[in-house]
Amino acid sequence: MRALPRLLGHRAFVTGAALVLVVVLAAISADWLAPYDPLRSAVRMRLRPPEAEHWFGTDHFGRDILSRMLFGARISLAIGLSTAMLTGLFGTMIGAAAGFFPRLDHPLMRLMDALMAFPAILLAIAVAAVLGASVANVIVALSVATTPHTARIVRASVLVVRRMDFIEAARAIGMGEARVLMRHVLPNVAGPLIVRMTYVFATAILAEAALSFIGVGPPPPAPTFGNIIANGRDFISDAPWITLFPGLAVVVSVLGLNLLGDGLRDVLDPRARA
Amino acid sequence: MAFYLAKRLGGMLLVLVLVSLLSFGIIWLVPGDPTSAFLDASATAEQATRLRHELGLDQPLWQQMVAWYGRLLHGDLGRSILLRRSVSVAILERLPVTLSLTALALAFAGLVGVAAGTLAATLQNRWPDQAIMAAALLGLSVPDFWLGLMLILLFAVQLGFVPTGGFVPFGESPSGWFRSIALPAATLALVQVGFIARMTRAAVLDVLHQDFIRTAAAKGLGRARVILCHALPNAAVPILTVVGIVAGAMLGGAVIVEQVFSIPGVGRLIVGAVLSRDYPVIQGGLLFLAAIYLTVNLAVDLLYAVADPRVRLE
Repeated sequence: MRALPRLLGHRAFVTGAALVLVVVLAAISADWLAPYDPLRSAVRMRLRPPEAEHWFGTDHFGRDILSRMLFGARISLAIGLSTAMLTGLFGTMIGAAAGFFPRLDHPLMRLMDALMAFPAILLAIAVAAVLGASVANVIVALSVATTPHTARIVRASVLVVRRMDFIEAARAIGMGEARVLMRHVLPNVAGPLIVRMTYVFATAILAEAALSFIGVGPPPPAPTFGNIIANGRDFISDAPWITLFPGLAVVVSVLGLNLLGDGLRDVLDPRARA
Repeated sequence: MAFYLAKRLGGMLLVLVLVSLLSFGIIWLVPGDPTSAFLDASATAEQATRLRHELGLDQPLWQQMVAWYGRLLHGDLGRSILLRRSVSVAILERLPVTLSLTALALAFAGLVGVAAGTLAATLQNRWPDQAIMAAALLGLSVPDFWLGLMLILLFAVQLGFVPTGGFVPFGESPSGWFRSIALPAATLALVQVGFIARMTRAAVLDVLHQDFIRTAAAKGLGRARVILCHALPNAAVPILTVVGIVAGAMLGGAVIVEQVFSIPGVGRLIVGAVLSRDYPVIQGGLLFLAAIYLTVNLAVDLLYAVADPRVRLE
């Protein structure tokens, strides 16, 4: 908790937290905020530009873009958060095993190297396409693509911590390996891990949008930031608002999370830079 | 040096073997039968069996794998089901397109990113630094394909400067080539330039705090000379690292950007194959891109020794 006052004094962190809070609150209260049903089409209201009744215009089914964005934020944020959690979980398991048990180090990290050799977005596209389009499969695909780097970060921190004197002291008083790992090593790895998870949250929102654009994202009609933008592509000259506004929503969410990550990094993981 | 190279090549070979296993294995994940994507609903069971036989899918897994590695050793990535031709030829035909796109984007992002990052470090905490770092962070937060669409909207639809998509080969018309590749390269560069600027700033700041910089200033060298001749060369290794990372990221970015601008590159080939389940192209394409990525990594590591004579490759 010592970190909290320093975080609250960090300008980037506070700005990022505010942006993220706005997006999260909007997503949570979509039921009350959304002026229309995000799935209801209205043929006579097709492709209306931004106006008083439809602030951000309508799409080719006459669906209200603002309402779709509010509900889309839910799925996009859920995908980002779940991916961050899963990369944290599996990254910690693999990274801790590799860093703490020398015999596992080489095989595990070579496997991670191999996964990292594929362009992450292409790996995610391939896994998502092979598994089939659904929210859960997108989360799995993005976790597969982001976990190797997380594991590498955790391993690096574990390697530093396990050589410290207090670890030797813990062993000297007869503590078991598993207990040393859980009680003493992992808590000291938390800083870099939280920072990484924040950046993965941001990356996952960007990647979900890219997967939807390619056509392997969460299936329509349920809105996500990505598939609203992807829908708008065919109408880019006549109805640019379909593409413009959800894209800006992605920028605001991701910028907020990146600022949050920068703030957390400065406070929790001062050795890492940029 | 020779020993280092041999060791690195050995390590790379091991990773490549794992990469080829993963590329081969991705097809196991497919629920159902990979041939179902290539047969229409009226196809008989007999036709399906024949196609499975043609593709070798009726053989046990280990035989399929032996066949895959046997072909790999001859540089043969198999045959595309949909294009009905060799996967390696299809990739090599499209490679110049992807390479020219990535090279142009990397040159642009590298020059602008290093210049902006150095400037920001020199003017640390003053307004140009804050403006550059804010712009860099904004760039990192923009989805690449959305930026591409916005650039199309502005420069192609509204202003009519460039076509909305498509590709003109360099040999056909150099100016047409540039017009067709300018926006895609700009898209690819803009989402990465911020990362280079941030890392360059950090690297230069690190060097600026060292004693020899104070000495250089104390002996009366101008600020510009201290930065360009003393600080920047000493920040070369971290900058090279980040340019290497960006080169790898751009291969992934090209996959998306080629899709947005309808550019017939390797990325578009592979995404098309993923969507149509043309799995020999998926396997071969993944393996090929990973091999390029590993080669770039190795090249960057070797360049460390060139950039900084203190680095000993052992």
